[in-house]
Amino acid sequence: MSDLLHTSFQLNALSPFMIGLIIFVLAVFVGYYVVWKVTPALHSPLMAVTNAISSVIIVGALLACGPLDLSLSKILGFVAVILASINIFGGFLITQRMLSMFKKKERPKK
Amino acid sequence: MTPNLASFLYLISSLCFIWALKGLSSPASARYGNYTGMIGMLIATTTTLFMPNVLSLEWILSGILIGGSIGAFIAYRLKMTALPQLMAAFHSLVGLAAVCVAASTLENPDSFGIGVLGHVPFSNLLEMGIGSAIGAITFTGSVLAFSKLQGLLSGKPLSFKGQHILNALLGILLIVLIFLFARTESSFLFWALTGVAFLLGILLILPIGGADMPVVVSMLNSYSGWAACGIGFTLSNPLLIITGALVGASGAILSYIMCKAMNRSIINVILGGFGTPQNDDILSSSQTSQALVKTGSAEDAAYLLQNAQSVIIVPGYGMAVSQAQHVLREMVDLLKSKNISVRFAIHPVAGRMPGHMNVLLAEANIPYEDVFELDEINRDFSTADVAFVIGANDITNPAAKNNPASPIYGMPILDVEKAKTVLFLKRSMAPGYAGVDNELFEKENTMMLFGDAKKMVEHIVKSLD
Repeated sequence: MSDLLHTSFQLNALSPFMIGLIIFVLAVFVGYYVVWKVTPALHSPLMAVTNAISSVIIVGALLACGPLDLSLSKILGFVAVILASINIFGGFLITQRMLSMFKKKERPKK
Repeated sequence: MTPNLASFLYLISSLCFIWALKGLSSPASARYGNYTGMIGMLIATTTTLFMPNVLSLEWILSGILIGGSIGAFIAYRLKMTALPQLMAAFHSLVGLAAVCVAASTLENPDSFGIGVLGHVPFSNLLEMGIGSAIGAITFTGSVLAFSKLQGLLSGKPLSFKGQHILNALLGILLIVLIFLFARTESSFLFWALTGVAFLLGILLILPIGGADMPVVVSMLNSYSGWAACGIGFTLSNPLLIITGALVGASGAILSYIMCKAMNRSIINVILGGFGTPQNDDILSSSQTSQALVKTGSAEDAAYLLQNAQSVIIVPGYGMAVSQAQHVLREMVDLLKSKNISVRFAIHPVAGRMPGHMNVLLAEANIPYEDVFELDEINRDFSTADVAFVIGANDITNPAAKNNPASPIYGMPILDVEKAKTVLFLKRSMAPGYAGVDNELFEKENTMMLFGDAKKMVEHIVKSLD
């Protein structure tokens, strides 16, 4: 136990969970401060873009679909790749459509 | 690709996502933000394709092609008025993808580098169970929210006796199953816990009524982020953890903002419908008041609008349903050409998802300098000649201020009643989505315009010429 305590400040002595936890907590703080700055008029695009971004889960899906031999695991991965791709393309393109509407209007008045 | 290089690229990708959110702080920078997000996603996927275990490129590319074309097709075909249900549908996909990835990890932990089948560490299994459970709740919850928003299911809150207790028991059962699964690595227990989570997702959203939908949609947004986070922990992948946390925080903040705008606690929204028990009294009282309201025609409205100096338009869900935003723009242009000041007031929970009204007005090319949030414009109603309410019932209801018995008491509202005249465009006397009668209808200075929002505004436009 005391050995553990001595080495605990070195990153390579930490469990993957602890490293993950540190990253997680810091990312929540970053998210908190960044999202409060989003103007209320853009809350719908915010939702659409975060939806697209959360499809980064495709990283897991690619790993699952990766092996050459066919298995249940690979099929599940393949399904996940399709689902996440729908979201990535759908999410970013919808956001783009919404934002282009917001842009067009600077011109017509005044 | 070395693990260090991959991690470095993942870090760049995370930064891209943070910039994407940061871009949204103003409409001017928002589009660049979105491009940055796309670049981030491109880096993340390409990096993963170079991982040693990722070999089956035909499968992967055809999956991306199938999904990508479906997504692009939906994105281009979508009517902006259907945005809330589409968002709900998209959240469900992330949830289901999380379940699939977790299940796949369980079947073949080797390819994810987290141990051999039968000997996966307890902590990975725990994270896997949590990730799958959140994903499953997100999936069925979103499907249900989609059905409600799409009108496949009634928007009315559906509740039954003992619902809270049942949910609590299922919640406890879920936690127990997750722990048992993590200790035994049994795939039966995995599917059992996922099944319970599927059920819980349905039960959580079932009792939530239509008026609370903005909160639900953003809550599900948050859940889909936490689900990604859970999978990130399982795979020890910092990119998934960071991105999931960003999305989770974003959804949680939006839910909080929505709840504050309704003066409701988030716990209340999650646990039950809006004013469910009072429904019967409300219906009976709204029938008696029918005779007292003053109704008008499109010509009357056009006359009042023409003679006004300042008009504030309050759009709500009624505008979205009848897609009246384009013809409304015509009306606004006509009024402006007569030197009448026209502005828009947007309540934070107008419509069915946060910011939805802004998007619809933007779609109709209404300049965003003319669109104001509640705090910015609320005081100006007392100097406005006409408040033109178009299908926005609950957010203008004075009962929120002067009737402590009302279920919406305490919610900040737009003070349309202070305007010299209130034109209230609505299809019928029926109460709004919250199921609460609006005393505004009977006020001396209120004129009701009954009819479909789009048709009514078209008539007004004709009479204005």
